[in-house]
Amino acid sequence: MTRLLRLLVLSLGAAVVLFPFLFMLSTSFKPQAEVFSAGLSLIPSHFAGWENYAKAFTRIPMARILLNGVVVCLAIVGFQLVFALPAAYALAKLRFPGRDLLFGLVLLGLLVPIHAISIPLYAAARALGLLNTLAVLIVPFTLSVFAIFLFRQFIKAIPDDLILAARSDGLSEAAIVWRIILPNAWSAASAFAIFSVVAHWNDLYWPLIAISKTQLATPPLGLLFFRAAEAGDDYGALMAATVIITAPLILFFLFAQRLFIEGMTMTGLKG
Amino acid sequence: MPANPAAAAARLEARAAWWLTGPTALLMLVLLVLPTLAVLALSVTDAELGVPAINFLGFDAYTDLLTDRTFLGALRNTALYVALVAPASVLLGLGLALLVEAELGGRAFFRSVYFLPVVSLIVAMASVWQYLMHPSIGPINLVLRLLGASGVNWLGSSDNVLFALAVIGIWQALGFNMVLFMAGLTTIDRTLYAAAEMDGARSAWDRFRLVTWPMLGPTTVFVITISVINAVKVFETVATLTQGGPAKASETLLWVIYQEGFVYLHVGTASAMAVVFIALLLFLLVLQTRVLDKQVHYG
Repeated sequence: MTRLLRLLVLSLGAAVVLFPFLFMLSTSFKPQAEVFSAGLSLIPSHFAGWENYAKAFTRIPMARILLNGVVVCLAIVGFQLVFALPAAYALAKLRFPGRDLLFGLVLLGLLVPIHAISIPLYAAARALGLLNTLAVLIVPFTLSVFAIFLFRQFIKAIPDDLILAARSDGLSEAAIVWRIILPNAWSAASAFAIFSVVAHWNDLYWPLIAISKTQLATPPLGLLFFRAAEAGDDYGALMAATVIITAPLILFFLFAQRLFIEGMTMTGLKG
Repeated sequence: MPANPAAAAARLEARAAWWLTGPTALLMLVLLVLPTLAVLALSVTDAELGVPAINFLGFDAYTDLLTDRTFLGALRNTALYVALVAPASVLLGLGLALLVEAELGGRAFFRSVYFLPVVSLIVAMASVWQYLMHPSIGPINLVLRLLGASGVNWLGSSDNVLFALAVIGIWQALGFNMVLFMAGLTTIDRTLYAAAEMDGARSAWDRFRLVTWPMLGPTTVFVITISVINAVKVFETVATLTQGGPAKASETLLWVIYQEGFVYLHVGTASAMAVVFIALLLFLLVLQTRVLDKQVHYG
């Protein structure tokens, strides 16, 4: 009895949560007339999927925009790992003058989101002629104080003996980072990677400021351009565009659910 | 051979550490420290992008904000949005976590379903919600009319717009909070429930009140803080759907910072607002730490 009630509540909730996804898919197959005839039917009586998806791919350079998103996210996460892992290792395991100052800056950095410092970053990018380049979408995020903070916690738990043994085997400190620390911190690194990709795939604030060319848009910005280019309410085409742009992360999530959920919760600290 | 091998080893270690942290330290200077100092400096001026003359206003820049109707409106709207989204998404997240955790059969399925909005592009899903909330053809109003209620002008009325945005915000945050609570639930020692039962806690409510709720304390504080901070940062839905309207009713903090800084190019004013924004985040984190420190830790 309790179980039945519980299943009922959970199913109702699931239906509410899935409601937008269902209508997104269904409307992306509907012709405009049918969207405006205001019915609740999920199955289109006249299939207009081809037209809608064709519009979504041609009104804006959709393939290019998706590629931009992939390139930017991969570059960001790559740089973040390359910079953060060695720094986190040094902060966790080595003694050196300036360590406390550096860690203090990491903590300070956790407090300052990109939104708050976007004005000087924009001014600098403009002065350097970097606006409307893919580089400007990547460079401000190459440093992730959050990654440093997270990895430092994780590396602290790695036994010192492991590092001492590697050192006595003649490994340099840099080699220790990539051959000893990285394999041992793999779960933290992959969780962070997921978190970072989701965050930057979604980010609108910085691309909106730094990019005005459709060719260089990331998926969220591309969708804004699509909405602006779309006269009237062509919801069929708009929904087709949202399906295309939402699909990559959702598919990725469905294939690697545990990793995703771990990544997002372990890094839940980041506000 | 150096006279003191220990000192030599320490020097070697420090040199290695500087090599490892050097690039990061440099990035930190360029991407974090200097921009933050620049925002602080700009915040006490009336600087405008493209205007060479800059006047020093000092602390007046901040007292000016107190009479800035756009800024005060944005603060009020943001506070209202947070007051709608944070409690609802925390409570619903907790409820769902308890239900899903208890439901052994469908646990993985329900967890994935509720988590789906978290990994969906918010700008795209906002567009979907706009269609769902369309006053005449939107499915939500169609359902309401089917149930005999009258339709609601969700995004187009200044009375409802924050509420409509909050619905989207709650929908997006729900699964995230649920998963955080589920992680908290798995750390609770099962034997505590048996002990509580021995002491006479028979009903599910008693078990929740005596064991689950107190043991979840730190998780709850953490989830509340994240929910509040994320809600304070609301921007994507506003930029996509309402542009702060109608009649400024959905202008939020980040939206007006963006407008002032990048549309009107009042970088001085925008910087002062950004400093207030950082101060607000700092305040929330200090508050969280205080509450966590005061709490009794059972675990």
